[in-house]
Amino acid sequence: MSHAPEITSSARPAILDRIAPAELPRRPLVENNRGFHWITEKICRIVEDPTPTWWKVLFLVALFLASFTLVGLVYVVSTGTATWGLRSPVNWGWAIVNFVFWVGIGHAGTLISAILCLLRQKWRTSINRAAEAMTIFAVCCAGLFPVFHTGRVWMAAWYLLPIPNSYDIWPQFRSPLEWDVFAVSTYFTVSLLFWYMGMVPDLGVLRDRAKQLWRKYFYGVLAMGWRNSNRHWSNYEMAYLLLAGLSTPLVLSVHTIVSFDFAVSNLPGWHTTIFPPYFVAGAIFSGFAMVLTLMLPLRAVFGLHDLITQYHIDCMTKIILATGTMVGYAYAMEFFIAAYSGNPFESFAFINRAFGQYGWAYFIMIACNVISPQLFWFRKIRENHALVWIICFFVNVGMWFERFVITVSSLANDFLPSSWGYYSPTIVDIFTFFGTFGFFSVLFLLFIRFLPLLPIAEVKAVTPQADPHHGDTH
Amino acid sequence: MSENASNQLYGLVCSFSKTADVLHAAEKVRDAGFKRWDVYTPFPIHGMDAAMGLTRSRVPVLTLLGGVTGFCTGMLFTWYMNAYDYPLIVGGKPLWSPIFPFPVMYECTILFAAFGTFFGQFLLNRLPRHHHPVFNYEKFVQASDDTFMIVIDATDPQFELEKTRGFLSEIGGAEVAEIQN
Repeated sequence: MSHAPEITSSARPAILDRIAPAELPRRPLVENNRGFHWITEKICRIVEDPTPTWWKVLFLVALFLASFTLVGLVYVVSTGTATWGLRSPVNWGWAIVNFVFWVGIGHAGTLISAILCLLRQKWRTSINRAAEAMTIFAVCCAGLFPVFHTGRVWMAAWYLLPIPNSYDIWPQFRSPLEWDVFAVSTYFTVSLLFWYMGMVPDLGVLRDRAKQLWRKYFYGVLAMGWRNSNRHWSNYEMAYLLLAGLSTPLVLSVHTIVSFDFAVSNLPGWHTTIFPPYFVAGAIFSGFAMVLTLMLPLRAVFGLHDLITQYHIDCMTKIILATGTMVGYAYAMEFFIAAYSGNPFESFAFINRAFGQYGWAYFIMIACNVISPQLFWFRKIRENHALVWIICFFVNVGMWFERFVITVSSLANDFLPSSWGYYSPTIVDIFTFFGTFGFFSVLFLLFIRFLPLLPIAEVKAVTPQADPHHGDTH
Repeated sequence: MSENASNQLYGLVCSFSKTADVLHAAEKVRDAGFKRWDVYTPFPIHGMDAAMGLTRSRVPVLTLLGGVTGFCTGMLFTWYMNAYDYPLIVGGKPLWSPIFPFPVMYECTILFAAFGTFFGQFLLNRLPRHHHPVFNYEKFVQASDDTFMIVIDATDPQFELEKTRGFLSEIGGAEVAEIQN
């Protein structure tokens, strides 16, 4: 005898039959009623079709750009970190700014895959794979800066791993920098596991469709013998949910600990309790902007309009609007607390931020981070994808300047006016930083070309026909 | 179950094209009392675990083990390094307390719990696996595209080739076929 009627009747309260509530249509996550096979074809063809010319051109450009970072880093290692324009009082220049910038970008991936998963936001399915890839590549770019900032990069093992130095002294765990080592390396590892585990069923799809021998081996090895068994799906879904649950406190802790690098010090402008939530909101803000910066062109190039719909873009722009407003609130609150604290150094630090020697950077930050996302209140703007792309670009610029303002303005003008200074980056800083966009693009282009850009199984699972009760009359 | 069947034959497969059909068919296979069988679907179907009569996944146990290990590891090595092996006096504070290295323990807890989850999932699924007899079925690749399949093992105590073949057609399965070992 069948259990099906019991399952459905228990899920549906009897009163619903009497009052007959109106059905509110939900916006579909896959438009134009696409079937399972269409989804498989659409996503797999991105990887299986011959390499497009634009990809080759972009890849060469990205490689060229990435070589800037390589040359810059070689120069820094062979000459010294002063080539980064670091001198007293500003010993944390662009390197730390870039580190925080890239780690922040990474936050959207885990937010989409973990927090939105726990909140059952099904629209995450179309974008989570690319966002997770972005996270991992962004953390790779971020990691370069603090490692090379230490100067003697060949000693990296001694400060990245708990290893005693030549006097047998271990790292001391009271330092937020040591916490940061654990936070960022855990974040990278867990994001990588999450990304890979989510990809295993889709790698199985690519393996099953593979024609060439190298593809059979490549995807065959990566898919680990996945065979879509429901006994496997059962463990897999549980593991996915648990990883989402683990990544949620992780993603919130990472930027919190990054903010501790600043907040635990005693410097005016850094020593504030608002930093952790403010940094996390800023990270999500910049991360979503980067997701849209990457996904809007890909959607157009690969014709993914049925999979990444206007609804997805609306959701993302609204998150940018919400987090942008939170960041704006944090900027205002910092000023208020500085005045309210009655601490003259604290008040000076903030007035100096806005109207001092780095005032120009402060107002670029306000214009890009607080004002530009407010345009997303308007539907017309959210539906104009060129404009959305431009605003997201501004958000990324603004978030870079936010980190610049925080790092540099506090260091350049601290307690003693006699030791004040003005920091400017050198050509090495500039080349190394812009080169990381090349490095990021190289990794992202390889990802587009060889791995499934959208999660095939997850997208299928949110189509109406995937629901076993689809079309039921009751 | 005859002797040669267990050597040659892996099992019987049948296909479905709609989620609702395969879900109801799975309920019938469960109710018929089969034990060694499986459903192959391109994506996890909501309610299929209940329809197959599967118990709750045991992955959380391994996650918990990982998490507890991580937390203890974090506690232990910060204490060993900063208070025992080479006591570091910082600002006259106690050599060790669970508070100051808390971020380290927190991250270690998450890291090891994630390892427990990730490797636990593959362990419980007996993956990676080089080959499986279901891949001998030439249409099996469709199970990762748009087709749902039910496979009943020849080693199931209730398995009888002709009777089971009839049963699979009866529950609505199309293209009933044999899979060889």
